Amino acid sequence: MRPTAFGVALVVATTLALAFLLVPIVAIFAELTLSEIVAGLTSDVALDALRVTAETNLTAMALIVVFGTPTAYLLATRSFRGRALVVTLVELPLVLPPAVAGLGLLAAFGRFELLGRAFGAVGVEIAFTKVAVVMAVTYVASPFYVRTAIAAFESVDTDLVAASRTLGAGPARTFRRVALPLAAGGLGAGLALAFARGLGEFGATIMFAGSLQGVTQTLSLAVYQEFDVDFENALAIGALLVIASALVLLVAKLVPAWRRSGSTSITVSAPSVSR
Amino acid sequence: METLRVDVDHRLRAFRLALTLEVGAETVALVGPSGAGKSSVLRAVAGLLRPEHGTIEFGSETWLDTVRRVALPPEDRGVGFVFQEYALFPHLDVLGNVAFGARDRRAAGELLEQLQIGALAHARISDISGGERQRVALARALAREPDVLLLDEPLSALDMHTRGIVRSELHDLLVGLGLPTILVTHDFEDAATLADRVGVLVDGRILQLGTPAELVAAPRDAFVASFAGANVLAGTARAGQAGLTEVALDGGGTVLTTDAGVGRVAVAIYPWEISLSLAAPDDSAVNHLQAPVASLVSLGNRVRVRVGPVTAEVTDSSSKRLGLREGLPVVASFKATGVRLLPFA
Repeated sequence: MRPTAFGVALVVATTLALAFLLVPIVAIFAELTLSEIVAGLTSDVALDALRVTAETNLTAMALIVVFGTPTAYLLATRSFRGRALVVTLVELPLVLPPAVAGLGLLAAFGRFELLGRAFGAVGVEIAFTKVAVVMAVTYVASPFYVRTAIAAFESVDTDLVAASRTLGAGPARTFRRVALPLAAGGLGAGLALAFARGLGEFGATIMFAGSLQGVTQTLSLAVYQEFDVDFENALAIGALLVIASALVLLVAKLVPAWRRSGSTSITVSAPSVSR
Repeated sequence: METLRVDVDHRLRAFRLALTLEVGAETVALVGPSGAGKSSVLRAVAGLLRPEHGTIEFGSETWLDTVRRVALPPEDRGVGFVFQEYALFPHLDVLGNVAFGARDRRAAGELLEQLQIGALAHARISDISGGERQRVALARALAREPDVLLLDEPLSALDMHTRGIVRSELHDLLVGLGLPTILVTHDFEDAATLADRVGVLVDGRILQLGTPAELVAAPRDAFVASFAGANVLAGTARAGQAGLTEVALDGGGTVLTTDAGVGRVAVAIYPWEISLSLAAPDDSAVNHLQAPVASLVSLGNRVRVRVGPVTAEVTDSSSKRLGLREGLPVVASFKATGVRLLPFA
């Protein structure tokens, strides 16, 4: 069959779009030799940032799972007045500029602010500490998990939940033995998306936690700092983040597929957001 | 054996579900068109739906009393529920499903053996057939050692062939269990086979409750009669000769009956009361209806034959002997004593 003009136009547009997405990624790796990447990643700045990123992100993800899962289950299974409003509130950080989120956190928990003073009175400083990084990441990344978790819980057949209840399982046991296993694929995918967003967190963190090496400086913040100091180091850290992000995205796509066919299928909604 | 007593009143979409029912150690079938509220009755008994008003008691236990604000959650009521599409847990294997509500896994294993699905213990739910799923769903409901069994369309998800086999197995099982059982179905034949008593539920109300034989012999109205399988024809009745009633059918023709009646009526004739012949016989039947055969449906050893406005049921051998085929002119005959007059619905 002869290619039509329309078909050619589609292929050309797609090729250009893909090239545009790939060029910056390739450029990061093309600028460096392997030994330069190793040297960059073993620098004190990179190692400190890696440690801070791992600590704060893992803590943030734990908080998101512990508080986000019950929130999502409640919103997915109960109908009440104002539910739509609550769901919108949960999704707010998706569209809120991260710098504004950081500003808000500072206005609430800053040393001289409302809640910050209360914490300060008992000797707890929040702003510009590791706790602030955790809070910034949690605030910004949580909707990625909660949104996907709501969809995952909503897709659990209500008859299965009813069956569990008639078999003698109370609401808590039904959640643990039926809803949670059936939604697990969606929860895993949502967590991967939240983790990817957390890795890239920049705006809210720099406003609320600053960029102190070894304390609040995450990998994303280190890229920005090294950009002025040592461009090759910045590229090396950038390369690491590219690989990590790609891996997380891959996990997010694969986790639901691992769930056996026949169980509930879940569509991963990956909301786009400007950072 | 304790008795289940249900007395509930609940607003559904287009009507109120208002029903009183006592179920002893027997199977009561609720039949009726879809959307009549049949499943809502089961859900109310199980505690999955809370009626606005009413009481549900089992023996001396109160499961629901809206006045005293008692409403036990489903897990505290001793019910075994078989869902329409079975609602088996896809993330557990067959044994895992049955053991979910069982005292221990050994009891679950024994139930699988009893229902002859022991070999499937470690099979995935997606890998077993419809008939096997039905048994797993039954085993799972029974594993809890329920006081009351609730079956929501337990045969509707099965193909015709499997359905016949499972129906007779289910009948034997229900008789053996001797539990108060409520069965919901839209199929009168399923109800008649499985249940001791049948209630016809329409728009949230029980039109008639009785043994299958009572419903067939004395349907209270045209709807019950048509549900029990009768040909129901509308017409106008007036006194005829020799003490018989003559009904002028709306579709043309007249029918004689020994039942008394006048004015607008419905006429009910069961297919097995109608005999077919090639020429009008000189027998005791006073009703003869001549028309070509419109359709023939084979049901194993029986054939359902559509003749004009009625359906007759004859044996397969009679059908062959007469050489019945579509378009063949035949005479449908039935006795005046086999024609029931019912209030016009």
